[in-house]
Amino acid sequence: MSEVHPALILLAGGLLLFCLPTTPRRIVSVILPVFGFLNLLTIADGTLWHITWGGYELTVLRADRLSMLFGYLFHLAAFIGAIYALHLKDRLQIGTGLIYAGSAVGAVFAGDLITLFIFWELLAITSVFLVWARGGERALRSGMRYLVMHISSGLLLLLGAVFYYLNTKSLAFDHIGLDKGHHYLIFLSFGIKCAFPLLHNWLIDAYPESTPVGTVFLSAFTTKAAIYALARGFAGEDLLIYIGTIMTIFPIFYAAIENDMRRVLSYSMINQIGFMVVGIGIGGALGINGAVSHAFNDVIFKGLLFMSMGAVLFSSGRINASDLGGLYKSMPWTCACCIIGAASISAIPLFNAFISKSMVMQGVADSGAVTIWLVLLFASAGVLHHAGVKIPFFSFFAHDAGIRCREAPLNMRIAMTISAILCIVIGSYPPLLYNLLPHPVDYVPYTTTHVVLQLQLVFFAVLAFVALMLTSEIDVSLKTRTQRITVGVLLLIGHHPPELPGVNLDSDWIYRRALPRGIRAVVRTGGLIVDRFFAGAKALIQKLIAAIRAQHNNRGLFGRSWLSQSNVLIAIIFLAIYLIYYF
Amino acid sequence: MIDMHLPILLIVVPLVSAPLCVLLRQKTLVWAFASLVCVASLGIASMLLIRVLEEGVISYAIGGWIAPWGIEYRVDTINAFVLLLVSIIAAVLMFFALPSVADEISGKQHYLFYTAYLLCFTGLMGIAITGDAFNVFVFLEISSLSSYTLIALGRDRRALTASYQYLIMGTLGATFIVIGIGLMYMMTGTLNMFDLSERLPAMFETRTAMVAFAFLTVGMLIKLAMFPMHMWLPNAYCYAPSLVTAFLAATATKVSIYVFLRFTFTVWGAEFVFEKLKLDAFLIPLSLIGIYVASLSAIYQTNIKRLLAYSSVAQIGYMMLGIGFVSITGLTGGIVHLFNHALMKAALFLSVGCAVLRLGSSDLADWKGLGRRMPVTMAAFVLAGLSLIGVPLTVGFVSKWYLILAALEKGWWPIALLALLSSLLAVIYVWRVVEVAYFQKADDDSNVKEAPLMMQISMWVLTGATLYFGIQTDLTVNVAQRAAGLLLGVTP
Repeated sequence: MSEVHPALILLAGGLLLFCLPTTPRRIVSVILPVFGFLNLLTIADGTLWHITWGGYELTVLRADRLSMLFGYLFHLAAFIGAIYALHLKDRLQIGTGLIYAGSAVGAVFAGDLITLFIFWELLAITSVFLVWARGGERALRSGMRYLVMHISSGLLLLLGAVFYYLNTKSLAFDHIGLDKGHHYLIFLSFGIKCAFPLLHNWLIDAYPESTPVGTVFLSAFTTKAAIYALARGFAGEDLLIYIGTIMTIFPIFYAAIENDMRRVLSYSMINQIGFMVVGIGIGGALGINGAVSHAFNDVIFKGLLFMSMGAVLFSSGRINASDLGGLYKSMPWTCACCIIGAASISAIPLFNAFISKSMVMQGVADSGAVTIWLVLLFASAGVLHHAGVKIPFFSFFAHDAGIRCREAPLNMRIAMTISAILCIVIGSYPPLLYNLLPHPVDYVPYTTTHVVLQLQLVFFAVLAFVALMLTSEIDVSLKTRTQRITVGVLLLIGHHPPELPGVNLDSDWIYRRALPRGIRAVVRTGGLIVDRFFAGAKALIQKLIAAIRAQHNNRGLFGRSWLSQSNVLIAIIFLAIYLIYYF
Repeated sequence: MIDMHLPILLIVVPLVSAPLCVLLRQKTLVWAFASLVCVASLGIASMLLIRVLEEGVISYAIGGWIAPWGIEYRVDTINAFVLLLVSIIAAVLMFFALPSVADEISGKQHYLFYTAYLLCFTGLMGIAITGDAFNVFVFLEISSLSSYTLIALGRDRRALTASYQYLIMGTLGATFIVIGIGLMYMMTGTLNMFDLSERLPAMFETRTAMVAFAFLTVGMLIKLAMFPMHMWLPNAYCYAPSLVTAFLAATATKVSIYVFLRFTFTVWGAEFVFEKLKLDAFLIPLSLIGIYVASLSAIYQTNIKRLLAYSSVAQIGYMMLGIGFVSITGLTGGIVHLFNHALMKAALFLSVGCAVLRLGSSDLADWKGLGRRMPVTMAAFVLAGLSLIGVPLTVGFVSKWYLILAALEKGWWPIALLALLSSLLAVIYVWRVVEVAYFQKADDDSNVKEAPLMMQISMWVLTGATLYFGIQTDLTVNVAQRAAGLLLGVTP
């Protein structure tokens, strides 16, 4: 029986890293997750630790199969991330990275809403430094937007917790459900962290702005902690099925046109989370198992893909598809790992996503929702296209961009190799993961139907990619008449959009472009009156701010020193007011 | 035997020691003596709290004259808590005092400084311990007069005007209070609080009662710097010596809030004040406006001490908001915040004091790059600043939790929302300092040393306390809950 809270080792150790010189720091950073993991192994299933906080009994540790699985996962991710970060000289990234990992561990072991809230906010505060670590105005602003979203998520959780407490007189974090209106506060809070549609912009916005190492850490924890929270609190809510389905489908279009490779991966991440959310929505043993195991696998293969793209960015200094190509000559090892990651995310049999995603698909099929099932199938094909083929193809093959750089540093290659091996091992030997799942598994992934269906999907998706590529005139060698005819039917679908530099906005377009543009358009068409109205409104707001400033700065009414007589006058006036009021 | 006399010892020891300081004169000797007195008082106050928690109310009749004829010292959970708070702050600050006073106050005046410090301490403790209404006024004057002296010792010449203005407002407040007390005496013929609380209900319908309470209200609100009668506070805090600012910010307004609690809840009773006179209808909006106006003012300040002073006014708004809810949870929130805010504001002013010692200025513009030049001091500032914002794991969060819970209990969710949103303003004003200190480059690259160890001890003890009591809330919240129950006349 351990005496140490599982989150404590990473939290305290992460702080310690700030005080250590380079070499010991590197050693400690890799050992810490191992220590944490060993400590985790000593915690028995069903352990509960309580503390009292201001008259409330808080459960700071609740270990059951669900939280233990995420505990293992986060330690694994922290370990791989720490290896990937070994080349770094600065202490900020690895220090905050491990504290961030510790917060995620704390969140999944939280047995009540207050403890959860504390780690929830800690997740936000620590992770934003990973965004800022990149430096520069863009990262700073992006990080600020990220922080605002996540602090709001925390505040919603707090508000929801207060309402929950007032209604049930309990703070325990168990199944919450959506049967009461105020439960939506907590739901929304989890939804922000989980990147629900329209609440997802922070992810697309911030993750690609981070450093190579930062993105690897970021991709592992925040959203997975949210998946855990949803699985704990809202399992079996039908609403989640629809939300999840939308999450799987809309990112694939954006991912297809996106140029920044890490942004493509960010969209792909929302897509994968969508599958997990659907699994949670279906609920039951199969749904939850599918969602949770997919989360586990996603951390590994998405981490692997982010690592490989991070390595590309690190070595070549470029990350846009339009600037990359032909890197397989310079970075063969990274290329191989990336292809394994791509095969995994595409759910090819013998790779890990296959054994988890098919479980979610089976769950949907069992529930009889045919439309949903078909949409998910289409989304799977989309994944294959943008993540399975596009990522490795444009960075390592396609046209040779003439980049001759060094292979990624050894530590990065080791980290990627560990992940790649895990992808294959888990995919080939499912019981390894299945034995850890919260519910007993009687699901068999390797049946003829599953394998054939998935392989068909793979071949058609690759075919579609090739067809689209032909018409986009990037790869000249494939442009023969026969090949064009072979895929003629698919030409109807349209062109594969050429990879062009640029910024793609999705629904944040509404507030970053459409709103200003719309206002401008209205002003233009509405003529002078509307023009004046808007100018007036703008001036009014400016005046308001100026007035607040003027009233509160050193010379303003509230900010300056008052004369003694005015102070006295106010006091007398108030005396009069009270006298009248009391009568 | 000596156990019996703890309440009076708490007052007599510092009171008698104050003039002894004048006799001692020698700088270090005076400091050592004053420190000893403060530590002894802390010991006595802790023993008192423990005894009160175990045995209930302690009543001490001075000179053996039984109340209501004689003056009674009456210690219950709430004032034992305030006594402990004041003596903790006074004792912890003594470490800081040695280097800071040596730097900011000319050597000839040191003994006067410590005399005034002990007198002010005596006054504050006296206000908190006494069970006699007129005695409150007497101690109020002792603490006020000595604090005028303390403020006037500031290096800046504007300290004199600030002190003068504080004197006018403080005297006005005290006068109003004494008028109120006089009217109460006229009606009932007694000055003992307990006795008053039994005799006053008969007078509730009279106009005299209302006038008396109106004077009391305004007098107390001036003393505790409730918006809009807070204008004496920013200058007084800004120009006073660093140590004095920290001491007054942590104790003076807190003791005034205690007086407010005592008079409204114990002497007059919640029924009269809040059901008949409906003071809460005034208190809650005023608190909210005060929170917003003072926070906005804090945002636009260019001097960090002034910034923190305005923030204090805003924080007083939170305490009064909690009190205005007139519920167990609300009062718990108010009282806990009283304690918590004392810790964090003292920690903040001490870290400013450390910077002032090395930079000679608390102007925001002079703090550029301080994060790199004085990392330890700035770290304390940031941690205590997080408390001010109300980040989880700090004391600020504990207070905010109870305040919001209290608002929602009443179903007043707009107020809960406003209180939550207002913490964003705190984020802005703390961030302004952080931005300057960490993200801007210093104008001159001359090396600045960290503050002396003695100052850092005080700073870190208090900063550590803001974290400790943020996690280990048993002591503070339990005591506050018992005190709240006591004030409302229900046993929780």
